[in-house]
Amino acid sequence: MKRSPILRIATILGFIFLYAPIVSLVFFSFNENKLVTVWSGFSFKWYGELLQNDQLIRAAWLSLQIAAISATLALVLGTLASVALVRFRRFRGKTLMVGMISAPLVMPDVIIGLSLLLLFVSMEQLIGWPAGRGMMTVIIAHSTFGMAYVAVVVQSRLSDLDISLEEAAQDLGATPARVFFDITLPIISPALVSGWLLSFTLSLDDLVIASFVNGPGSSTLPMVIFSKIRLGVSPDVNALASIIIGIVAIGVIGAMALSRKSEKPSG
Amino acid sequence: MTFMDALAADNRPWAFVRRMLAKVGLSGRGLVIAAPMLWLLIFFLIPFLVVTKIALSELVIASPPYAPMITWTAAGELIVKLNFGNFQFLLGDPLYLNAYLSSIKIAGISTVVALLIAYPMAYFIARANGRTRNLLLMLVVLPFWTSFLLRVYAWIGFLKGNGVINNFLMSVGIIHDPLVMLQTDFAVYIGIVYTYLPFMILPLYANLVKLEDDLLEASADLGARPFTTFLTITLPLSLPGIIAGSMLVFIPAVGEFVIPSLLGGPNTLMIGRVLWDEFFSNRDWPVASSVAIVMLLVLVIPIMFMRNAQERMEERNQ
Repeated sequence: MKRSPILRIATILGFIFLYAPIVSLVFFSFNENKLVTVWSGFSFKWYGELLQNDQLIRAAWLSLQIAAISATLALVLGTLASVALVRFRRFRGKTLMVGMISAPLVMPDVIIGLSLLLLFVSMEQLIGWPAGRGMMTVIIAHSTFGMAYVAVVVQSRLSDLDISLEEAAQDLGATPARVFFDITLPIISPALVSGWLLSFTLSLDDLVIASFVNGPGSSTLPMVIFSKIRLGVSPDVNALASIIIGIVAIGVIGAMALSRKSEKPSG
Repeated sequence: MTFMDALAADNRPWAFVRRMLAKVGLSGRGLVIAAPMLWLLIFFLIPFLVVTKIALSELVIASPPYAPMITWTAAGELIVKLNFGNFQFLLGDPLYLNAYLSSIKIAGISTVVALLIAYPMAYFIARANGRTRNLLLMLVVLPFWTSFLLRVYAWIGFLKGNGVINNFLMSVGIIHDPLVMLQTDFAVYIGIVYTYLPFMILPLYANLVKLEDDLLEASADLGARPFTTFLTITLPLSLPGIIAGSMLVFIPAVGEFVIPSLLGGPNTLMIGRVLWDEFFSNRDWPVASSVAIVMLLVLVIPIMFMRNAQERMEERNQ
Protein backbone atom coordinates (compact mmCIF):
# COMPACT_ATOMS: atom_id res chain seq x y z
CA MET A 1 0.00 0.00 0.00
CA LYS A 2 1.34 3.43 -0.93
CA ARG A 3 1.63 6.01 1.75
CA SER A 4 -1.33 8.28 1.31
CA PRO A 5 -1.10 12.04 1.92
CA ILE A 6 -3.83 11.72 4.55
CA LEU A 7 -1.56 9.47 6.59
CA ARG A 8 1.28 11.97 6.32
CA ILE A 9 -0.94 14.89 7.36
CA ALA A 10 -2.37 12.92 10.29
CA THR A 11 1.16 12.10 11.46
CA ILE A 12 2.32 15.70 11.18
CA LEU A 13 -0.75 16.92 13.09
CA GLY A 14 -0.08 14.28 15.75
CA PHE A 15 3.45 15.52 16.25
CA ILE A 16 2.26 19.13 16.38
CA PHE A 17 -0.16 18.08 19.12
CA LEU A 18 2.73 16.42 21.00
CA TYR A 19 5.16 19.30 20.69
CA ALA A 20 3.18 22.56 20.52
CA PRO A 21 2.60 22.85 24.29
CA ILE A 22 6.24 22.06 25.05
CA VAL A 23 7.56 24.54 22.49
CA SER A 24 5.28 27.30 23.76
CA LEU A 25 6.30 26.53 27.35
CA VAL A 26 9.97 26.99 26.49
CA PHE A 27 9.24 30.05 24.33
CA PHE A 28 7.38 31.89 27.10
CA SER A 29 10.09 31.10 29.66
CA PHE A 30 12.05 33.89 27.93
CA ASN A 31 9.14 36.30 28.31
CA GLU A 32 9.84 39.31 30.46
CA ASN A 33 6.15 39.73 31.38
CA LYS A 34 4.82 38.29 34.62
CA LEU A 35 1.68 37.24 32.74
CA VAL A 36 3.28 34.18 31.23
CA THR A 37 1.39 34.03 27.95
CA VAL A 38 1.40 37.75 27.11
CA TRP A 39 4.64 38.53 25.29
CA SER A 40 6.35 41.80 26.24
CA GLY A 41 10.02 41.23 25.55
CA PHE A 42 12.93 38.83 25.70
CA SER A 43 14.54 38.28 29.08
CA PHE A 44 16.51 35.78 31.12
CA LYS A 45 15.13 37.21 34.34
CA TRP A 46 13.07 34.16 35.37
CA TYR A 47 16.12 31.96 35.06
CA GLY A 48 17.98 34.34 37.37
CA GLU A 49 15.10 34.27 39.82
CA LEU A 50 15.21 30.47 39.83
CA LEU A 51 18.73 30.54 41.26
CA GLN A 52 17.50 32.72 44.14
CA ASN A 53 14.75 30.29 45.11
CA ASP A 54 16.21 28.28 47.99
CA GLN A 55 13.15 26.11 48.51
CA LEU A 56 13.19 24.99 44.88
CA ILE A 57 16.91 24.27 44.85
CA ARG A 58 16.72 22.28 48.09
CA ALA A 59 13.82 20.24 46.71
CA ALA A 60 15.66 19.64 43.44
CA TRP A 61 18.76 18.41 45.28
CA LEU A 62 16.68 16.08 47.46
CA SER A 63 14.87 14.71 44.40
CA LEU A 64 18.14 14.07 42.57
CA GLN A 65 19.53 12.16 45.56
CA ILE A 66 16.36 10.09 45.93
CA ALA A 67 16.32 9.36 42.20
CA ALA A 68 19.96 8.28 42.08
CA ILE A 69 19.76 5.99 45.12
CA SER A 70 16.41 4.43 44.21
CA ALA A 71 17.44 3.90 40.57
CA THR A 72 20.57 2.07 41.73
CA LEU A 73 18.60 -0.12 44.14
CA ALA A 74 15.99 -0.75 41.45
CA LEU A 75 18.74 -1.70 39.01
CA VAL A 76 20.22 -4.33 41.33
CA LEU A 77 16.87 -5.81 42.36
CA GLY A 78 15.38 -5.65 38.87
CA THR A 79 18.42 -7.31 37.30
CA LEU A 80 18.41 -10.11 39.89
CA ALA A 81 14.71 -10.68 39.24
CA SER A 82 15.28 -10.74 35.47
CA VAL A 83 18.09 -13.28 35.78
CA ALA A 84 15.89 -15.46 37.98
CA LEU A 85 12.93 -15.24 35.61
CA VAL A 86 14.79 -15.65 32.32
CA ARG A 87 17.64 -18.01 33.24
CA PHE A 88 16.23 -20.25 35.97
CA ARG A 89 13.86 -22.81 34.49
CA ARG A 90 11.64 -23.44 37.45
CA PHE A 91 11.57 -22.36 41.05
CA ARG A 92 8.94 -22.12 43.73
CA GLY A 93 7.00 -18.88 43.45
CA LYS A 94 8.03 -18.07 39.89
CA THR A 95 4.47 -17.27 38.81
CA LEU A 96 4.02 -15.10 41.88
CA MET A 97 7.21 -13.22 41.04
CA VAL A 98 6.12 -12.68 37.42
CA GLY A 99 2.86 -11.21 38.68
CA MET A 100 4.43 -9.03 41.36
CA ILE A 101 7.12 -7.60 39.12
CA SER A 102 4.76 -6.62 36.31
CA ALA A 103 1.90 -5.34 38.46
CA PRO A 104 3.49 -1.99 39.43
CA LEU A 105 3.63 -1.10 35.72
CA VAL A 106 -0.15 -0.88 35.47
CA MET A 107 -1.13 -0.08 39.05
CA PRO A 108 -2.49 3.46 39.49
CA ASP A 109 -0.12 5.66 41.51
CA VAL A 110 -2.71 6.49 44.14
CA ILE A 111 -3.06 2.81 45.04
CA ILE A 112 0.70 2.18 45.25
CA GLY A 113 1.16 5.31 47.33
CA LEU A 114 -1.68 4.60 49.72
CA SER A 115 -0.79 0.93 50.22
CA LEU A 116 2.89 1.66 50.91
CA LEU A 117 2.05 4.42 53.35
CA LEU A 118 -0.30 2.12 55.26
CA LEU A 119 2.44 -0.53 55.29
CA PHE A 120 5.00 1.93 56.69
CA VAL A 121 2.56 3.09 59.37
CA SER A 122 1.75 -0.50 60.39
CA MET A 123 5.41 -1.48 60.40
CA GLU A 124 6.27 1.46 62.59
CA GLN A 125 3.59 0.36 65.06
CA LEU A 126 4.74 -3.24 65.04
CA ILE A 127 8.52 -3.12 64.90
CA GLY A 128 9.32 0.57 65.23
CA TRP A 129 10.85 0.80 61.76
CA PRO A 130 10.82 2.94 59.68
CA ALA A 131 10.63 5.60 62.37
CA GLY A 132 8.70 8.40 60.74
CA ARG A 133 8.63 9.04 57.03
CA GLY A 134 10.91 10.98 54.76
CA MET A 135 13.68 10.39 52.28
CA MET A 136 14.10 6.72 53.19
CA THR A 137 10.45 5.76 52.68
CA VAL A 138 10.35 7.62 49.34
CA ILE A 139 13.47 5.72 48.23
CA ILE A 140 11.88 2.38 49.13
CA ALA A 141 8.70 3.28 47.24
CA HIS A 142 10.55 4.46 44.16
CA SER A 143 12.85 1.43 44.10
CA THR A 144 9.79 -0.82 44.14
CA PHE A 145 8.20 0.58 40.99
CA GLY A 146 11.61 1.31 39.43
CA MET A 147 12.59 -2.36 39.61
CA ALA A 148 9.51 -3.27 37.60
CA TYR A 149 10.67 -1.03 34.75
CA VAL A 150 14.27 -2.27 35.00
CA ALA A 151 12.97 -5.84 34.84
CA VAL A 152 11.04 -5.16 31.62
CA VAL A 153 14.10 -3.73 29.88
CA VAL A 154 16.63 -6.28 31.20
CA GLN A 155 14.38 -9.31 30.69
CA SER A 156 13.89 -8.55 27.02
CA ARG A 157 17.65 -8.07 26.54
CA LEU A 158 18.44 -11.28 28.45
CA SER A 159 16.06 -13.39 26.42
CA ASP A 160 17.52 -12.03 23.16
CA LEU A 161 21.01 -12.88 24.37
CA ASP A 162 22.72 -15.81 22.65
CA ILE A 163 22.86 -18.37 25.44
CA SER A 164 25.68 -20.33 23.75
CA LEU A 165 28.18 -17.69 24.93
CA GLU A 166 27.27 -18.36 28.55
CA GLU A 167 27.27 -22.09 27.96
CA ALA A 168 30.73 -21.92 26.39
CA ALA A 169 32.10 -20.09 29.42
CA GLN A 170 30.45 -22.61 31.71
CA ASP A 171 31.93 -25.51 29.71
CA LEU A 172 35.35 -23.94 30.16
CA GLY A 173 34.82 -24.20 33.89
CA ALA A 174 33.63 -20.76 34.93
CA THR A 175 31.33 -20.64 37.94
CA PRO A 176 27.81 -19.28 37.33
CA ALA A 177 28.74 -16.05 39.13
CA ARG A 178 31.86 -15.62 37.01
CA VAL A 179 29.87 -16.26 33.83
CA PHE A 180 27.43 -13.58 34.92
CA PHE A 181 30.02 -10.94 35.78
CA ASP A 182 32.43 -11.63 32.90
CA ILE A 183 30.08 -12.54 30.05
CA THR A 184 26.46 -11.61 30.70
CA LEU A 185 26.89 -8.27 32.47
CA PRO A 186 29.08 -6.60 29.81
CA ILE A 187 26.72 -7.70 27.04
CA ILE A 188 23.55 -6.47 28.74
CA SER A 189 25.14 -3.24 29.98
CA PRO A 190 23.25 -1.00 27.49
CA ALA A 191 19.98 -2.40 28.87
CA LEU A 192 21.23 -1.76 32.40
CA VAL A 193 22.00 1.86 31.52
CA SER A 194 18.57 2.46 30.01
CA GLY A 195 16.88 0.66 32.92
CA TRP A 196 18.72 2.86 35.41
CA LEU A 197 17.91 6.03 33.47
CA LEU A 198 14.26 5.01 33.18
CA SER A 199 13.82 4.50 36.90
CA PHE A 200 15.86 7.64 37.64
CA THR A 201 13.52 9.71 35.44
CA LEU A 202 10.38 8.13 36.85
CA SER A 203 11.55 8.79 40.39
CA LEU A 204 12.39 12.40 39.56
CA ASP A 205 8.93 12.79 38.04
CA ASP A 206 6.79 11.15 40.69
CA LEU A 207 4.37 13.34 42.58
CA VAL A 208 1.59 11.06 43.79
CA ILE A 209 3.52 8.24 45.46
CA ALA A 210 5.97 10.64 47.08
CA SER A 211 3.10 12.75 48.45
CA PHE A 212 1.72 9.69 50.23
CA VAL A 213 4.89 8.22 51.68
CA ASN A 214 6.82 11.41 52.38
CA GLY A 215 6.97 12.99 55.79
CA PRO A 216 6.76 16.67 56.68
CA GLY A 217 9.67 18.94 55.86
CA SER A 218 11.16 16.97 52.99
CA SER A 219 9.25 18.08 49.92
CA THR A 220 10.52 16.69 46.64
CA LEU A 221 10.75 18.82 43.51
CA PRO A 222 7.45 17.62 41.97
CA MET A 223 5.68 18.35 45.27
CA VAL A 224 6.99 21.92 45.28
CA ILE A 225 6.11 22.40 41.61
CA PHE A 226 2.64 20.97 42.13
CA SER A 227 1.80 23.29 44.98
CA LYS A 228 3.04 26.23 42.86
CA ILE A 229 1.14 25.41 39.68
CA ARG A 230 -2.06 24.61 41.51
CA LEU A 231 -2.36 28.37 41.82
CA GLY A 232 -1.87 28.89 38.06
CA VAL A 233 0.98 29.48 35.65
CA SER A 234 4.09 31.18 36.92
CA PRO A 235 7.06 32.28 34.82
CA ASP A 236 9.77 30.72 36.98
CA VAL A 237 8.13 27.28 36.60
CA ASN A 238 8.39 27.82 32.84
CA ALA A 239 12.10 28.52 33.22
CA LEU A 240 12.59 25.45 35.39
CA ALA A 241 10.63 23.30 32.93
CA SER A 242 12.76 24.55 30.05
CA ILE A 243 15.95 23.58 31.87
CA ILE A 244 14.61 20.08 32.60
CA ILE A 245 13.36 19.62 29.04
CA GLY A 246 16.72 20.80 27.69
CA ILE A 247 18.67 18.33 29.83
CA VAL A 248 16.35 15.46 28.93
CA ALA A 249 16.46 16.25 25.21
CA ILE A 250 20.26 16.31 25.20
CA GLY A 251 20.36 13.10 27.21
CA VAL A 252 17.91 11.17 25.04
CA ILE A 253 19.43 12.32 21.75
CA GLY A 254 22.92 11.53 23.07
CA ALA A 255 21.88 8.07 24.26
CA MET A 256 20.23 7.30 20.93
CA ALA A 257 23.31 8.42 19.00
CA LEU A 258 25.52 6.28 21.24
CA SER A 259 23.34 3.19 20.95
CA ARG A 260 23.25 3.53 17.16
CA LYS A 261 27.03 3.75 17.10
CA SER A 262 27.39 0.61 19.21
CA GLU A 263 24.83 -1.26 17.12
CA LYS A 264 26.50 -0.54 13.80
CA PRO A 265 29.50 -2.91 13.89
CA SER A 266 27.32 -5.91 14.67
CA GLY A 267 25.16 -5.03 11.73
CA MET B 1 40.52 -25.73 33.62
CA THR B 2 44.03 -25.56 34.96
CA PHE B 3 44.86 -25.33 38.60
CA MET B 4 46.06 -21.73 38.11
CA ASP B 5 42.77 -20.74 36.57
CA ALA B 6 40.88 -22.19 39.48
CA LEU B 7 43.07 -20.25 41.84
CA ALA B 8 42.55 -17.05 39.87
CA ALA B 9 38.80 -17.58 39.91
CA ASP B 10 38.90 -18.14 43.64
CA ASN B 11 40.75 -14.92 44.22
CA ARG B 12 37.76 -12.93 43.10
CA PRO B 13 36.08 -11.22 46.05
CA TRP B 14 32.70 -12.72 45.20
CA ALA B 15 34.12 -16.21 45.40
CA PHE B 16 34.90 -15.49 49.02
CA VAL B 17 31.39 -14.13 49.57
CA ARG B 18 29.98 -17.23 47.91
CA ARG B 19 31.90 -19.55 50.20
CA MET B 20 30.73 -17.62 53.25
CA LEU B 21 27.12 -17.78 52.07
CA ALA B 22 27.41 -21.48 51.29
CA LYS B 23 28.42 -22.00 54.90
CA VAL B 24 25.10 -20.63 56.11
CA GLY B 25 23.27 -22.69 53.52
CA LEU B 26 22.64 -20.07 50.85
CA SER B 27 23.56 -20.69 47.25
CA GLY B 28 24.13 -17.93 44.74
CA ARG B 29 21.04 -19.09 42.90
CA GLY B 30 18.93 -18.95 46.03
CA LEU B 31 20.11 -15.43 46.73
CA VAL B 32 19.34 -14.23 43.22
CA ILE B 33 15.76 -15.38 43.70
CA ALA B 34 15.37 -14.44 47.35
CA ALA B 35 16.47 -10.80 47.24
CA PRO B 36 13.93 -9.47 44.70
CA MET B 37 11.28 -11.89 45.95
CA LEU B 38 11.51 -10.71 49.54
CA TRP B 39 11.54 -7.08 48.47
CA LEU B 40 8.40 -7.52 46.36
CA LEU B 41 6.63 -9.51 49.05
CA ILE B 42 7.30 -6.90 51.71
CA PHE B 43 6.86 -3.73 49.67
CA PHE B 44 4.31 -4.79 47.09
CA LEU B 45 2.17 -7.74 48.17
CA ILE B 46 1.88 -7.19 51.91
CA PRO B 47 0.85 -3.52 51.45
CA PHE B 48 -2.28 -4.75 49.68
CA LEU B 49 -3.11 -7.00 52.59
CA VAL B 50 -2.64 -4.01 54.88
CA VAL B 51 -4.99 -1.93 52.70
CA THR B 52 -7.58 -4.69 52.86
CA LYS B 53 -7.23 -4.88 56.62
CA ILE B 54 -7.65 -1.13 57.06
CA ALA B 55 -10.58 -1.04 54.62
CA LEU B 56 -12.27 -3.42 57.06
CA SER B 57 -11.54 -1.35 60.15
CA GLU B 58 -13.45 1.44 61.75
CA LEU B 59 -12.50 5.08 61.62
CA VAL B 60 -11.43 6.48 65.00
CA ILE B 61 -10.03 9.83 65.95
CA ALA B 62 -6.51 8.72 66.75
CA SER B 63 -3.13 8.38 65.18
CA PRO B 64 -3.22 6.34 62.98
CA PRO B 65 -6.93 7.00 62.45
CA TYR B 66 -8.36 3.48 62.40
CA ALA B 67 -9.41 0.94 65.01
CA PRO B 68 -7.39 -2.26 65.41
CA MET B 69 -8.99 -5.27 63.73
CA ILE B 70 -7.55 -7.90 66.02
CA THR B 71 -7.46 -7.36 69.76
CA TRP B 72 -6.66 -9.58 72.72
CA THR B 73 -8.89 -9.23 75.72
CA ALA B 74 -7.49 -9.31 79.22
CA ALA B 75 -8.74 -12.89 79.52
CA GLY B 76 -6.59 -13.86 76.55
CA GLU B 77 -9.43 -14.16 74.06
CA LEU B 78 -8.84 -13.11 70.50
CA ILE B 79 -11.37 -10.66 69.09
CA VAL B 80 -11.48 -10.12 65.33
CA LYS B 81 -13.63 -7.20 64.33
CA LEU B 82 -14.50 -6.98 60.68
CA ASN B 83 -16.29 -3.86 59.62
CA PHE B 84 -17.93 -3.87 56.21
CA GLY B 85 -19.44 -0.48 56.93
CA ASN B 86 -16.96 1.31 54.70
CA PHE B 87 -18.05 -0.66 51.67
CA GLN B 88 -21.71 -0.14 52.56
CA PHE B 89 -20.95 3.54 52.84
CA LEU B 90 -19.39 3.53 49.34
CA LEU B 91 -22.48 1.83 47.93
CA GLY B 92 -24.87 4.11 49.76
CA ASP B 93 -23.34 7.43 48.75
CA PRO B 94 -23.90 8.23 45.04
CA LEU B 95 -20.72 10.35 45.05
CA TYR B 96 -18.53 7.24 44.89
CA LEU B 97 -20.58 5.36 42.30
CA ASN B 98 -20.65 8.49 40.13
CA ALA B 99 -16.92 8.94 40.55
CA TYR B 100 -16.25 5.37 39.40
CA LEU B 101 -18.59 5.68 36.42
CA SER B 102 -17.25 9.07 35.45
CA SER B 103 -13.62 7.83 35.70
CA ILE B 104 -14.42 4.88 33.45
CA LYS B 105 -16.21 7.16 31.00
CA ILE B 106 -13.40 9.74 30.88
CA ALA B 107 -10.72 7.05 30.60
CA GLY B 108 -12.71 5.17 27.95
CA ILE B 109 -13.36 8.16 25.69
CA SER B 110 -9.75 9.34 26.06
CA THR B 111 -8.54 5.86 25.09
CA VAL B 112 -10.63 5.86 21.91
CA VAL B 113 -9.45 9.36 20.96
CA ALA B 114 -5.83 8.40 21.67
CA LEU B 115 -6.25 5.30 19.48
CA LEU B 116 -7.65 7.38 16.60
CA ILE B 117 -4.71 9.79 16.79
CA ALA B 118 -2.07 7.12 17.40
CA TYR B 119 -3.02 4.58 14.74
CA PRO B 120 -2.16 6.64 11.64
CA MET B 121 1.02 7.86 13.36
CA ALA B 122 2.12 4.34 14.28
CA TYR B 123 1.29 3.10 10.78
CA PHE B 124 3.22 5.92 9.14
CA ILE B 125 6.27 5.35 11.38
CA ALA B 126 6.19 1.59 10.81
CA ARG B 127 6.13 2.08 7.03
CA ALA B 128 8.79 4.82 6.95
CA ASN B 129 12.35 3.97 5.89
CA GLY B 130 15.10 3.33 8.42
CA ARG B 131 16.39 6.81 9.21
CA THR B 132 13.06 8.61 9.25
CA ARG B 133 11.64 5.82 11.36
CA ASN B 134 14.34 6.17 14.02
CA LEU B 135 13.93 9.92 14.10
CA LEU B 136 10.15 9.74 14.43
CA LEU B 137 10.37 7.07 17.12
CA MET B 138 12.73 9.29 19.07
CA LEU B 139 10.26 12.16 18.73
CA VAL B 140 7.52 9.92 20.18
CA VAL B 141 9.66 8.80 23.11
CA LEU B 142 11.15 12.20 23.94
CA PRO B 143 8.07 13.71 25.65
CA PHE B 144 7.76 10.52 27.69
CA TRP B 145 11.14 11.23 29.29
CA THR B 146 10.31 14.83 30.16
CA SER B 147 8.39 15.50 33.31
CA PHE B 148 4.78 14.38 33.24
CA LEU B 149 3.83 17.14 35.67
CA LEU B 150 5.40 19.83 33.50
CA ARG B 151 3.72 18.51 30.36
CA VAL B 152 0.35 18.83 32.08
CA TYR B 153 1.42 22.29 33.25
CA ALA B 154 2.16 23.27 29.64
CA TRP B 155 -1.52 22.76 28.84
CA ILE B 156 -2.57 25.24 31.54
CA GLY B 157 -0.73 27.96 29.63
CA PHE B 158 -2.31 26.72 26.42
CA LEU B 159 -5.92 26.49 27.53
CA LYS B 160 -6.44 29.27 30.07
CA GLY B 161 -8.49 32.42 29.48
CA ASN B 162 -5.60 34.56 28.26
CA GLY B 163 -3.65 31.50 27.14
CA VAL B 164 -2.03 30.67 23.82
CA ILE B 165 -5.11 29.27 22.06
CA ASN B 166 -7.45 32.07 23.10
CA ASN B 167 -4.90 34.76 22.28
CA PHE B 168 -4.38 33.27 18.85
CA LEU B 169 -8.08 32.84 18.04
CA MET B 170 -8.86 36.37 19.20
CA SER B 171 -6.02 37.97 17.29
CA VAL B 172 -7.15 36.22 14.11
CA GLY B 173 -10.67 37.39 14.84
CA ILE B 174 -12.44 34.02 14.95
CA ILE B 175 -13.74 34.66 18.45
CA HIS B 176 -14.20 37.88 20.43
CA ASP B 177 -14.52 36.53 23.94
CA PRO B 178 -12.11 33.94 25.32
CA LEU B 179 -13.38 30.36 25.35
CA VAL B 180 -13.58 28.67 28.72
CA MET B 181 -11.44 25.55 28.26
CA LEU B 182 -9.40 25.21 31.44
CA GLN B 183 -11.13 23.59 34.42
CA THR B 184 -13.56 21.67 32.24
CA ASP B 185 -13.90 17.98 31.38
CA PHE B 186 -12.68 18.88 27.89
CA ALA B 187 -9.30 19.90 29.35
CA VAL B 188 -9.11 16.60 31.24
CA TYR B 189 -9.71 14.64 28.02
CA ILE B 190 -6.96 16.60 26.27
CA GLY B 191 -4.58 16.13 29.19
CA ILE B 192 -5.08 12.36 29.31
CA VAL B 193 -4.84 11.86 25.54
CA TYR B 194 -1.76 14.04 25.45
CA THR B 195 0.19 12.43 28.27
CA TYR B 196 -0.63 8.83 27.37
CA LEU B 197 -0.32 9.10 23.58
CA PRO B 198 3.21 7.59 23.48
CA PHE B 199 1.90 4.54 25.41
CA MET B 200 -0.60 4.00 22.60
CA ILE B 201 1.79 4.65 19.70
CA LEU B 202 4.61 2.35 20.85
CA PRO B 203 2.74 -1.00 21.13
CA LEU B 204 0.86 -0.21 17.90
CA TYR B 205 4.14 0.51 16.17
CA ALA B 206 5.74 -2.68 17.56
CA ASN B 207 2.84 -4.61 16.10
CA LEU B 208 2.52 -2.83 12.74
CA VAL B 209 6.23 -2.95 11.99
CA LYS B 210 5.95 -6.76 11.84
CA LEU B 211 3.21 -6.60 9.24
CA GLU B 212 4.57 -8.11 6.06
CA ASP B 213 4.38 -6.18 2.83
CA ASP B 214 3.67 -9.44 0.98
CA LEU B 215 0.27 -9.70 2.62
CA LEU B 216 -0.71 -6.18 1.60
CA GLU B 217 0.62 -6.67 -1.93
CA ALA B 218 -1.19 -9.98 -2.31
CA SER B 219 -4.39 -8.31 -1.24
CA ALA B 220 -3.85 -5.46 -3.72
CA ASP B 221 -3.01 -7.93 -6.49
CA LEU B 222 -6.27 -9.69 -5.85
CA GLY B 223 -8.01 -6.40 -6.54
CA ALA B 224 -8.78 -5.21 -3.02
CA ARG B 225 -8.89 -1.47 -2.59
CA PRO B 226 -6.54 -0.02 0.04
CA PHE B 227 -9.39 0.56 2.45
CA THR B 228 -10.63 -3.03 2.07
CA THR B 229 -7.09 -4.29 2.61
CA PHE B 230 -6.90 -2.19 5.76
CA LEU B 231 -10.18 -3.52 7.13
CA THR B 232 -9.59 -7.18 6.27
CA ILE B 233 -5.83 -7.55 6.81
CA THR B 234 -4.11 -4.74 8.68
CA LEU B 235 -6.74 -4.05 11.32
CA PRO B 236 -7.37 -7.66 12.43
CA LEU B 237 -3.63 -8.40 12.53
CA SER B 238 -2.94 -5.33 14.65
CA LEU B 239 -5.64 -6.17 17.19
CA PRO B 240 -3.18 -7.32 19.93
CA GLY B 241 -1.34 -3.99 19.55
CA ILE B 242 -4.62 -2.10 19.77
CA ILE B 243 -5.63 -3.93 22.94
CA ALA B 244 -2.21 -3.58 24.59
CA GLY B 245 -2.04 0.14 23.78
CA SER B 246 -5.61 0.80 24.86
CA MET B 247 -5.10 -0.90 28.20
CA LEU B 248 -1.84 0.99 28.79
CA VAL B 249 -3.85 4.20 28.40
CA PHE B 250 -7.11 3.14 30.05
CA ILE B 251 -5.77 1.57 33.26
CA PRO B 252 -3.63 4.46 34.54
CA ALA B 253 -6.19 6.98 33.26
CA VAL B 254 -8.90 5.52 35.52
CA GLY B 255 -6.80 6.21 38.61
CA GLU B 256 -5.42 9.54 37.37
CA PHE B 257 -5.09 12.25 39.99
CA VAL B 258 -2.78 14.97 38.65
CA ILE B 259 -4.63 15.69 35.38
CA PRO B 260 -8.14 16.16 36.83
CA SER B 261 -6.85 18.24 39.72
CA LEU B 262 -4.80 20.59 37.52
CA LEU B 263 -6.90 20.77 34.34
CA GLY B 264 -10.36 19.73 35.56
CA GLY B 265 -12.96 21.87 37.27
CA PRO B 266 -14.50 21.37 40.68
CA ASN B 267 -17.18 19.21 39.04
CA THR B 268 -14.77 16.85 37.31
CA LEU B 269 -15.30 13.71 39.31
CA MET B 270 -12.56 11.09 39.14
CA ILE B 271 -11.91 8.30 41.56
CA GLY B 272 -8.18 9.02 41.99
CA ARG B 273 -9.09 12.48 43.14
CA VAL B 274 -11.79 11.18 45.50
CA LEU B 275 -9.28 8.77 47.07
CA TRP B 276 -6.77 11.61 47.48
CA ASP B 277 -9.35 13.87 49.15
CA GLU B 278 -10.60 11.12 51.47
CA PHE B 279 -7.05 10.53 52.54
CA PHE B 280 -5.52 14.00 52.73
CA SER B 281 -8.52 16.25 53.40
CA ASN B 282 -10.90 14.02 55.37
CA ARG B 283 -8.15 11.87 56.88
CA ASP B 284 -10.53 8.93 56.57
CA TRP B 285 -8.02 6.13 55.98
CA PRO B 286 -10.53 3.25 56.11
CA VAL B 287 -12.76 4.81 53.42
CA ALA B 288 -9.73 5.73 51.28
CA SER B 289 -8.61 2.09 51.52
CA SER B 290 -12.03 0.80 50.51
CA VAL B 291 -12.02 3.18 47.53
CA ALA B 292 -8.62 1.74 46.54
CA ILE B 293 -9.85 -1.85 46.82
CA VAL B 294 -12.92 -1.22 44.71
CA MET B 295 -10.72 0.57 42.15
CA LEU B 296 -8.49 -2.51 41.98
CA LEU B 297 -11.52 -4.75 41.43
CA VAL B 298 -12.68 -2.45 38.62
CA LEU B 299 -9.24 -2.67 37.00
CA VAL B 300 -8.75 -6.45 37.26
CA ILE B 301 -10.66 -7.19 34.04
CA PRO B 302 -8.76 -4.72 31.82
CA ILE B 303 -5.47 -5.90 33.34
CA MET B 304 -6.31 -9.53 32.44
CA PHE B 305 -7.22 -8.36 28.94
CA MET B 306 -3.88 -6.67 28.55
CA ARG B 307 -1.82 -9.62 29.75
CA ASN B 308 -3.69 -11.84 27.34
CA ALA B 309 -2.96 -9.49 24.43
CA GLN B 310 0.71 -9.24 25.39
CA GLU B 311 1.07 -12.99 25.51
CA ARG B 312 -0.48 -13.28 22.07
CA MET B 313 1.95 -10.66 20.75
CA GLU B 314 4.90 -12.53 22.22
CA GLU B 315 3.73 -15.83 20.75
CA ARG B 316 3.57 -14.30 17.31
CA ASN B 317 7.06 -12.83 17.67
CA GLN B 318 8.57 -16.24 18.26
